[in-house]
Amino acid sequence: MNPVSFLTQMIRIAIPYLFAASGGVVAERAGIVSLTLEGFMLSGAFAAVLGTNYSGSPWIGVLCGILGGLIFSMIHAVATIRYRADQVVVGVAINLLAIGVTRFFLKLFFASSSNSPRVTGFGGNINAAGFDNPLLWLGLLVAPVMAFVIYKTPFGLRVRAVGEHPEAAESVGVSVKRVRYAAVALSGMLAALGGVYLALDQHQFTDQMTAGRGFIAISAVIFGRWDPLRAAAACLLFAAAETLQIQLQGNHAIPSQFIEMIPYALTIIALAGVVGRAVPPAALGRVED
Amino acid sequence: MSASSLPGEAKPTFAAAPWRERAEEALIPPLVALLVALICGDLLILSYGQSPAAVYRLLLEGTWGNAYGFGQVLYKATTLAFTGLAVSFGLRAGLFNIGGESQLAAGGFAAALMGLALPIGTSLIFALPLCMIAAGLAGGVVGSVPAYLKTRFGAHEVIVTIMLNFIVLALLNWFIAGHLHVPETLHTPEIHAGVLPRLADIDTRFHGSAANLALIVAVLVATAVWFFLFRTRGGYDLRAVGLQPQAAEYGGISVRRVWMRALTFSGVIAGMGGINYVLGYKHYYEDGFASGAGFLGIAVALVGRNHPFGVIVAAFFFATLSQGGLAIHAFVPKQMMDVLQGVVIIAVATAVPEVRRILRGARKRSDA
Amino acid sequence: MSEREAIRMDGIDKSFGSVRANRGASLEVLPGEIHALVGENGAGKSTLMRMLGGLMKPDAGRIEVNGRDVTGWSTAEAIDGGIGIVHQHFMLVPTLSVAENLVLGCEPKTGGVVLDHKRAADDVRKLSSETGLVIEPERLISDLSVGEAQRVEILKVLFRGARILVLDEPTAVLSPPEVRELWAVLRRLRDKGDTIVLITHRLDEVVEISSTITVMRAGQTVARVKTSETTPAEIARLMVGREVSLSAGKRVQPSGRTGSQPNQGLEVRSLSVIGSRGIRVIDDVSFSVNPGEILGIAGVEGNGQTELIEALAGLRPTFAGEILIDGLEITHRSVAQRHDAGLSHIPEDRHRRGLILEYTIANNLILGVQKYFSTNGVIDRDRVKENAARAITSFDIRPPNALLAARALSGGNQQKVVVAREMGRGFSVLLASQPTRGVDVGAIEFIHQQLLNARAQGKAILLVSAELNEVLALSDRIAVMYRGKFATVMPSAEASEDVLGEYMIGTKKGTAATESMVGANKGRAS
Repeated sequence: MNPVSFLTQMIRIAIPYLFAASGGVVAERAGIVSLTLEGFMLSGAFAAVLGTNYSGSPWIGVLCGILGGLIFSMIHAVATIRYRADQVVVGVAINLLAIGVTRFFLKLFFASSSNSPRVTGFGGNINAAGFDNPLLWLGLLVAPVMAFVIYKTPFGLRVRAVGEHPEAAESVGVSVKRVRYAAVALSGMLAALGGVYLALDQHQFTDQMTAGRGFIAISAVIFGRWDPLRAAAACLLFAAAETLQIQLQGNHAIPSQFIEMIPYALTIIALAGVVGRAVPPAALGRVED
Repeated sequence: MSASSLPGEAKPTFAAAPWRERAEEALIPPLVALLVALICGDLLILSYGQSPAAVYRLLLEGTWGNAYGFGQVLYKATTLAFTGLAVSFGLRAGLFNIGGESQLAAGGFAAALMGLALPIGTSLIFALPLCMIAAGLAGGVVGSVPAYLKTRFGAHEVIVTIMLNFIVLALLNWFIAGHLHVPETLHTPEIHAGVLPRLADIDTRFHGSAANLALIVAVLVATAVWFFLFRTRGGYDLRAVGLQPQAAEYGGISVRRVWMRALTFSGVIAGMGGINYVLGYKHYYEDGFASGAGFLGIAVALVGRNHPFGVIVAAFFFATLSQGGLAIHAFVPKQMMDVLQGVVIIAVATAVPEVRRILRGARKRSDA
Repeated sequence: MSEREAIRMDGIDKSFGSVRANRGASLEVLPGEIHALVGENGAGKSTLMRMLGGLMKPDAGRIEVNGRDVTGWSTAEAIDGGIGIVHQHFMLVPTLSVAENLVLGCEPKTGGVVLDHKRAADDVRKLSSETGLVIEPERLISDLSVGEAQRVEILKVLFRGARILVLDEPTAVLSPPEVRELWAVLRRLRDKGDTIVLITHRLDEVVEISSTITVMRAGQTVARVKTSETTPAEIARLMVGREVSLSAGKRVQPSGRTGSQPNQGLEVRSLSVIGSRGIRVIDDVSFSVNPGEILGIAGVEGNGQTELIEALAGLRPTFAGEILIDGLEITHRSVAQRHDAGLSHIPEDRHRRGLILEYTIANNLILGVQKYFSTNGVIDRDRVKENAARAITSFDIRPPNALLAARALSGGNQQKVVVAREMGRGFSVLLASQPTRGVDVGAIEFIHQQLLNARAQGKAILLVSAELNEVLALSDRIAVMYRGKFATVMPSAEASEDVLGEYMIGTKKGTAATESMVGANKGRAS
């Protein structure tokens, strides 16, 4: 096992997680439950392939992907913030809706139940590490940038306030609703970018291609205690485990299913507080008024 | 700072017709959702250049209009009834069980194992209860994990059940793929005992459909859940905890104990659902049979307003959508139904608090 | 007035649904003075100040600040107008630092994007030194003591340019040394020219710090006096006042029972309970309530009465001491076990504790006693219905429909459901906490009669009420709670508003903080 190839594969696997987890951090810090990352990712993936297919340019695809994620995140935002619907239920529904919508349009545009035609992505050389893919670099930067936004900008301060003590924020004139809308929109766009990377890297869209990555991203957010850099470290950890499993295929020392379980088991342990409690933002899931 | 905590309050806040209020608040959201689904369906059908009326007619003909279709609806509704009951049971105690899929799969797996362990030819009278107990037990074990973590550590059950879904399904996959599968497949060998008769065996018009006697079990379980919730002391305590935990505590009810039991038993109900596929349809456990049933169970519980009989109706609704998708496949892709599912859930989830707010506001104004 | 008032509020009306929180209330505050706004819980002080601060608009009346008509302004306008409200429950984000909390909403930026932490910290330090409110900008709110957190709240409003400060019950959570620090701060601000309105019900402190006092009661302003021209006793009398209660002036006759009961009532020994901030909210309290006796606990709310009842009921853990019912020790027993031992409890918050609003009247009537209405786990619906019919008739619960959800009833009728339930089952000790709060006059009389009946039947009743008249009318003996201790216990014959008032506001500290086990029967002196 070559350490360089291990590292590069690990990074490529981690990029979608990094995007989605960064989005998840900002939305959850603002107090909105983000089980929806899976749905945002999927919609971003499909929209990107749609856009690239019809325009020939992967950059248009990226824009379309972001738009796709934004649309779904706004549905989530309006339902939970304006109408105060239960955030978990809407989250589950958004994921189901994303699956349904992507399948429907897959059939409509590409006349297929399972995959789209191949599209160009970034970087032609599949054998290269993939470092000619601008999205990869973006993905590596997104977590530090998010950390900067959350801890060093006024917007980030308001996000943190709104997620911990919305009444206090309201009492000094900060619009809790507006901050939350912005945070959810951001999470939609970032998670969608994770899907965009995934689809363009594989050069096509396949039905339900995100395959639970959005949930691994949520796990990373929780395991990382809602901190962007820690969540990113968790993403890398989970990606490393996944890479290990792939590269060890054939070696039955540890069955692949158990490697699959690692992110989820770690998250449960974090929640149970066996090794230090993971305490969510105090107002997470509550939409008052 | 609610007005009701200030002194001097003397007037009642709304009219005194108890059934009407409750009926309004309970039934309007699903009706709203139905309306939204119809409108959305129209749009999607039109985008395919088809006539909504024709497609809806085809949908009804293909589901409720012929015995095979209806049989399939019955079959699908059975599984959804179990997972819907499981979710609604937890919600009545104020707990969100998202682990329906893994609990269902574990239940089916246990039922298959029991079916294999029993000697060939064991009478159904013994085999069925034993398989059901195995299925319920397995589901209950899975459900007891979030129950324990919540009562002991305060870990939120939503995330734990989601995570556990992945873990349990991976575990089951490992069992099957590694040891227990029939070569070239991902399922166990056929069970020796516990096979449930198909509806087709009773009425040949249902020939070909998967509907089986598990449906009766579902109805019985729904009745049992209804009886428990609304006629027993345990149900009184459980609903009290779900509605107002501080008052329940004040009344001497142990909130933690109720949580523990509610989540565990929610798992038991979901686990029992496994008999539909394993005992009634394929007669073996197959990896992935439970796919999607957990999330749809949430939809069913929501539209069914967490009431056991409402859940049955809602299960039929979603089963009809699902089967209907296949029936209209020539005209509109069945994927349309996937979209409608998501739309309906969001519509109902949004409608519930909004309707409550509008109705209560209107009542206040009419009495002021 | 020769000087222009800083604040002038006239004829303010404000209602929430059917509740009239303010009725023609008024307030006049001169600039540069420390003005105390006093009154009992629910007198309307906070509501009045919320309108000043722009959090709500008055239904009628006029508000002037510095001579300018500002009736119905918004929070943003109020902040611009120099009003700063320091809330009772701090509006501070615990996970953020002092500086971050201070600049939230008006953050200093470099280059329009980056939060300028350094400038925020510098601004905080500057303001700190100007006002003498010293606090390190980088400290997290969750690490601060209560007094320090309050300092931050005050800094927060000063940071936004407040010249008129309103402090809502600032001393409720402070220890005496912290209170003195607060006074020093307030005096310094006054000397700087700021105007301060202090909402409180702690009169001993008000007397120390304020120059003028406005007293509110039941939504109205009843008096405006110079502190130097009045006495605490007079203020207390104005505060609690005489209510139009039908039990006014009625005194309970001594029951004449001589303790030959099998029951022994309630006994509490050296009870201590720790509160949320680590301080003793109940501090080494001992007392007993004999069968056939009503022990009334008077005292301004917030002195530990709530926690005492919760500890006795099993809803709050005890730190030290013992609780006995009829001689049986139940200190660490569960709520259900206490019920079995003969304890009943009318809770002070019927919405949160006493009722499940979504349940029917009939179902609420069996909360806590479900097991007596079920056989083999199944609820006996006939018996529940019968029980409900009986309770509705005997307690005149309206509307008389047992299938109505509890949320549909008025406050008085809801309370009657609670009372019917708690007094309808077999008990030997009853905890009655604010039993007639928010209840109409007819129901008050009814509930009082129920309590007296229970007393006549030999039950031991512990009555906690913020209504002094109620305590005086019903109790055989009266205790006053002040800061977690019993300031005094006396036979009701010796008690009066004036006498009790002084204990209630802390100007008189009794020697009878503890008492011997046997009460009135042995004729002890207080």
